[in-house]
Amino acid sequence: MKALLIDFGSTYTKVSLVNLVPPALIGTSRAPTTTETGLLDGLNKALEAFTPEQLDGIAVKKACSSAAGGLKIVAIGLVPELTVKAAREAALGAGARVMATYAYTLSDEELDEIKELEPDLLLLSGGTDGGDRKNILENAARIAESGLSVPVVVAGNKSAASDVKKILEKRIPHVVVTKNVMPEINVLQVEPARQAIRELYLQEITKAKGLDVIQQEVGLAMPTPLAVMKAGELLNKTSGKEVVIVDVGGATTDVHSFCDGKPRRSGIVLKGLPEPFAKRTVEGDLGMRVSLQTLLEVIEENEDIHALREYANKIKRERSLIAANEREKYFDRIFATACIREALLRHSGQLNEVFTPEGRLWIQQGKDLTEIDILIGTGGALVFADDAGSLLRAGLRLEHPLHLTPRQPQLMLDHKYILYAIGLLAEDYPETAEALIKDTLKSLGRI
Amino acid sequence: MPGNNRIVLGVIGSDVHAVGNKILEMAFEEAGFKVINLGVMVSQEEFINAAIESDAAAILVSSLYGHGEMDCRGLREKCQEAGIGDILLYVGGNLVVGKRTFNEVEELFKKMGFDRVYPPGVLPEVAIQDLKKDLGL
Repeated sequence: MKALLIDFGSTYTKVSLVNLVPPALIGTSRAPTTTETGLLDGLNKALEAFTPEQLDGIAVKKACSSAAGGLKIVAIGLVPELTVKAAREAALGAGARVMATYAYTLSDEELDEIKELEPDLLLLSGGTDGGDRKNILENAARIAESGLSVPVVVAGNKSAASDVKKILEKRIPHVVVTKNVMPEINVLQVEPARQAIRELYLQEITKAKGLDVIQQEVGLAMPTPLAVMKAGELLNKTSGKEVVIVDVGGATTDVHSFCDGKPRRSGIVLKGLPEPFAKRTVEGDLGMRVSLQTLLEVIEENEDIHALREYANKIKRERSLIAANEREKYFDRIFATACIREALLRHSGQLNEVFTPEGRLWIQQGKDLTEIDILIGTGGALVFADDAGSLLRAGLRLEHPLHLTPRQPQLMLDHKYILYAIGLLAEDYPETAEALIKDTLKSLGRI
Repeated sequence: MPGNNRIVLGVIGSDVHAVGNKILEMAFEEAGFKVINLGVMVSQEEFINAAIESDAAAILVSSLYGHGEMDCRGLREKCQEAGIGDILLYVGGNLVVGKRTFNEVEELFKKMGFDRVYPPGVLPEVAIQDLKKDLGL
């Protein structure tokens, strides 16, 4: 029995052909994504790499997609540090691109902004259970009157939820009520909202994005980032080890961490909203191609900055450009290192020193990743690099001791570039998925 | 308890005295309040944010380490800016160091916008009765 796993990416359509029992990777292939002529063209092109015998006996087809902009979500809440942050975590954990977040009562200007962002879905939160009702009711009314007609997931104060639904349903075609992302102050509950977003994605959003043909043909299961996340969750669960994944792409750098991230030493007070065990961050300004102009801002201090700018301008004219010589390869390494370092800094927590009458204390905000066991690199920039290990090492070099970035993890590379396929198989074929993880993860040693 | 019985509780500033905070939480829960306890080392912003999200009726601030005046200054004004200017503010503990009488201290904190001010050693029951009265519960 074989399975065909597909990732419709923004630039490439990747396929993995897998034997389910006994578990084995038969092969992988990729071809440019064909958004204009329908995604199936690109898929068929990618499948040409396999022989008819190889393609015979496929019993399972599953796909993930980040084509057509991925799953675009706008998250809305009440207080920025509380329900807005909780809603953002829930959306990121569902594999979405969070286009923007909004706090307090939505203004007319903000509603116009939301329309321009063309999100696929709104995630509306606000108020703890039994807490503030006014804000979420007001925002629901403003959304209903605004002329927006995107699906809305309501994950706010349960005491207001049914009224919010009634208000929205008058104008909005699909309204799903789920549990509050923050039922009590400083309690995070993102799983129900993640689930609701995923269901809505499969039922409605794929249709709206013209992906329903794909869904019928190959079983579109989830947005690509969620598939990568599921692979990480599986590895964490089966190995019992704390895992971080860094995914360096052309447009974004994603970081996933699977650990509780609590303080590792005494004398540290944890502050702020708790962090999800499986946490994902997406850095839209850190990428190897599309986001180069913003990436340059974080590598200001390089001695070759002028040459780097020239190279970036060349790439701007030709997005799919591949480094032509040693010097350009060197520039790509600088870009990749900057993506890794900056994305990890932003994902990790931080310590701040405070002096109290009891002596010196530390306040921790965010997750402590200093003692994670495994750090996996994936994404084209790492998988196809000559020296992924040294890129990861350079990205992990300790420059900010108060940032709780990974210190001495075992470095691994997703060298067959199949983490997405593993994630797609994780729910229904966990044993096959587990075997494939072992197959693709190549050790790059320690830092 | 009918009506809004939600209160935000915490120890302000860099103060890490946790025992009294736990006792207050238990006493107010026992008395029928829904307590949102932020624990120790709570900033003014954290008090206000929690009060907004939970639509609380009162904020109860403790301070034991003598820096209460500095830590509490401006809390009422920030509440006003945040749209919860009418919320009840209580404060209690070793609020200042030095030789000031409690009357002076009470006057100082009332000028800062606190509705009730308690000296050290007051039993929770006193504050509970006051709060019930102030909230009409």
